[in-house]
Amino acid sequence: MRWLGAMMLVRDTSEGYGIISRLFHWLMAIAIIAMFVLGLWMVGLDYYSPYYNSAPNIHRSVGMLLLFALIVRWVWRAANVKPSDADLSPLEQKASFVVHWGFYVVLLALLVSGYLISTAGGEPISVFGWFNVPSIFQMHGLESRAGYVHKILAYVTIALAAVHTLAALKHHYIDKSATLRRMWSGPPTE
Amino acid sequence: MKLKLAALAASMSVALLTALPATAADYVIDTKNAHASITFRIKHLGFSWLTGRFDRFSGTFSFDDKNPDASKVKVEIDTASVDTNHAERDKHLRAADLLDTDGFPSATFESTSVKAEGPDKAKITGKLTLHGITKEITIDAARIGGGKDPWGGYRDGFTGTTELTLADFGINRDLGPAAKTIELTLNIEGIRQ
Repeated sequence: MRWLGAMMLVRDTSEGYGIISRLFHWLMAIAIIAMFVLGLWMVGLDYYSPYYNSAPNIHRSVGMLLLFALIVRWVWRAANVKPSDADLSPLEQKASFVVHWGFYVVLLALLVSGYLISTAGGEPISVFGWFNVPSIFQMHGLESRAGYVHKILAYVTIALAAVHTLAALKHHYIDKSATLRRMWSGPPTE
Repeated sequence: MKLKLAALAASMSVALLTALPATAADYVIDTKNAHASITFRIKHLGFSWLTGRFDRFSGTFSFDDKNPDASKVKVEIDTASVDTNHAERDKHLRAADLLDTDGFPSATFESTSVKAEGPDKAKITGKLTLHGITKEITIDAARIGGGKDPWGGYRDGFTGTTELTLADFGINRDLGPAAKTIELTLNIEGIRQ
């Protein structure tokens, strides 16, 4: 039961991450990597591919959901205690700060640039046909510039994710610290 | 005396011949107030016509309705200004596998000969440079009208159409068997300088 209590703890504590933060972390991690692969694949599709229209529809829809998730996640982060990183060296603390906030900034720019590709001409984005995200800024030619930024930032995101993953594995296997464990199984309850 | 007359006639005919092209007036295409357009259409899957245009271009021509064969025309198109009323498609049209507008930001047409074909019709042959490749093309042109405008100027206007095969210009993206060629229409009104 104590194990279940730790799993289900909603808010973050100084010891570790609650269920909301952990769900945000892993679901967004999976979605972002899947979006990178989907994005790379779909831009190379033949015009007669059966996925020529559906793949970008999924990419746009998931992108809009990620944009909302990122904003809510940032609010959640700001409203919660930050789990301690006292077991990291001062250099690691600085690097961790840069990578974590880098993720927020780069992901926001990545998602907004994607939004601009589709909405630069005034068309809305339909999210799985459930609802429309309207265009708020129109400019002829913006779609190409936004596309350039989107591509660069997609690679930057994956580079950040690689650094983040290597650091997590280092803390887990070399430092034998709880860094990776606490993102998986939550903070101790006592 | 006879010799003198012949010499006079010869020098007069030389003067006339050289004077003829000089009567052709020079015009600037009125892109500023958009009384000109460069549009294209291509078949979508063979089911319908998809139309688009280039929003930014400039050009000049010379025209003399007494001697239309001496006419000349030159047009330069900003390829990145392609507009098909769909931002994502326009982005793709500018990309490397289609117009490659970063590599080839402009397309140009310069006439090499004009052959009048009956009243107000002509075939304009010239060199089109598109996607970095120069090919000779022929435009079927028609004069729409010309004369004094209400604001103190003088204008002449034409329309011209031609058909291009995309592969001839190194554009090899497969858009399907019905979309190998594209029709280009130029509607130009020039203001006499």
